[in-house]
Amino acid sequence: MTPTLTISRLTKCFQSVEALKQVSLALQPGKRAALLGHNGAGKSTMMKIILGLIPFDSGEVSVCGEAPGSAAARMQVAYLPENVAFHPALTGEEQISHYLSLRGENPRIAPQLLARVGLAHAARRRIGTYSKGMRQRVGLAQSLIGRPRLLVLDEPTSGLDPVSRRDFYDLLDGLSADGTAILLSSHVLTEVEARTDSILILSGGQLVAEGTLADLRAQAALPITLLVRPEEGRATSLAAVFPEATIGSDGMLRFSCPQADKLPLLASITALGPEVADLDVIPPSLEDIYSHFSRRDGQ
Amino acid sequence: MSCILATAASEFRIAFRNRWVLIATGMMVLFALVLAAAGSAPTGDVDVDRLSVTVASLTSLAVYLVPLLALLMSFDAVAGEVERGTLPLLLTYPVSRLQILLGKLLAHLAILALAVTLGYGAALVMAVWSDPGAIQGIGSMVRLIWSSVLLGATFLGAGYALSALAQRPSGAAGLAVALWLVAVVLYDLALLALIVTDGGSVFTTRALPVALLANPADAFRVFNLSAGQAVAVAGGIGGAAGAIPLWQSAASLFVWPLLAITLALAAFRKVTP
Repeated sequence: MTPTLTISRLTKCFQSVEALKQVSLALQPGKRAALLGHNGAGKSTMMKIILGLIPFDSGEVSVCGEAPGSAAARMQVAYLPENVAFHPALTGEEQISHYLSLRGENPRIAPQLLARVGLAHAARRRIGTYSKGMRQRVGLAQSLIGRPRLLVLDEPTSGLDPVSRRDFYDLLDGLSADGTAILLSSHVLTEVEARTDSILILSGGQLVAEGTLADLRAQAALPITLLVRPEEGRATSLAAVFPEATIGSDGMLRFSCPQADKLPLLASITALGPEVADLDVIPPSLEDIYSHFSRRDGQ
Repeated sequence: MSCILATAASEFRIAFRNRWVLIATGMMVLFALVLAAAGSAPTGDVDVDRLSVTVASLTSLAVYLVPLLALLMSFDAVAGEVERGTLPLLLTYPVSRLQILLGKLLAHLAILALAVTLGYGAALVMAVWSDPGAIQGIGSMVRLIWSSVLLGATFLGAGYALSALAQRPSGAAGLAVALWLVAVVLYDLALLALIVTDGGSVFTTRALPVALLANPADAFRVFNLSAGQAVAVAGGIGGAAGAIPLWQSAASLFVWPLLAITLALAAFRKVTP
């Protein structure tokens, strides 16, 4: 299958600052990729290049087989900017009708689109009276126009409450099932973990990690934490057996071990039988993995 | 084409909500009525019909008011989109920058056409009411309307260009005021000063016609005054109108809007969101 989006060796400089360095990636139809990175890592710059809003210095970008920003590419790509804004004097329905006309669609279906994002009740009110979350939904509604083949969403869930976030990801699931490739950036790692197919981590303009969450977890090879609660009065004798463990103020023994040593360590702990009251295995969280990759560049 | 019409419809709606339609129309009607009333006094001994005199006064009014209205409506066109943050999203749509500009131009021209038609119309009604024979001057009134729209188009285009250059509404507003002052007020003052010092020799006969044609506001004035045979009642810079063939001032009126829109497009293309 040909990828919807292909980027190879993309480099972009702003004056002397290199915003993107030799970034390469591919996004297949129907796949949802999350773009992570600290502020200023180059996420928005990369999105604007994909959309053809700003030029780039070297490398190649192909959007649905077309040059980014060409008329043919713009027909097939939809965008939701960070902090999306609209003219405050227009109503939600008028604004969406306008966008429908610009994409050559029937402007009369605007109320249906607004209903899909839960804004049917406010369709005839001016956008100037909307809350941030409502404006975000208008932005979302316009990105659904005309069955785009690539959706570029810059922090789409900012300003949305938890229930709206879930509805939003349900919408994305429906789109990706129809073959739309989705590239979204987010700071909320837990929702990205559950609702995307792959994760891209940008740091200092470089793509430092790419893959599914399981891939990244294996690549990072972060230590696993084991928490052991000793039976009453057995803490000191347990600590004597495992000098590598640290005892917390709560009386729990904390172990940190590489993935490969997990099972042997578990075996030796359980072998002690009655000394141990309880045991928790805590894998590295997405936050841990994310900071591992984005810190590698000294960030 | 549908993109242009959709943009125009949206822009017209915004201008209507922002009271621009009302303000523009109100201003034109008010000034036209005042002029029509004031202009009725000294016409007794002039051998032209009543309406032609009104048209001559309206021409002097339009030279100032139409560029001002056009600049007021247009200075926000690009800079406002940049400031609101609506431009990046708009530019990802399959619509060209030329289409965006033409859509805005169409909406603003429609408002301007409405304002001048109602304004001049009010003056026409007043003139015909007091002198039914004045209706024979209707041709010069129609000419005044369409040439005002062309003059407006020039300054709308110039306003878009300044808006794209400044990229901030406050900066664009300042540039628009400066342009209005220079093109409409100072230019004529400078010409008058030159005529006075020159004393009617080389400058007045050779350079003055060119200088008048080079300024869209002066070309508008010259065109309407010489076409309406109202030069006699006009005086001032308009007195030079007789020396310039009608086709030349008409050509200037038609070429300037194209030039202004081309400039605006070039400036808009340089805007990176």
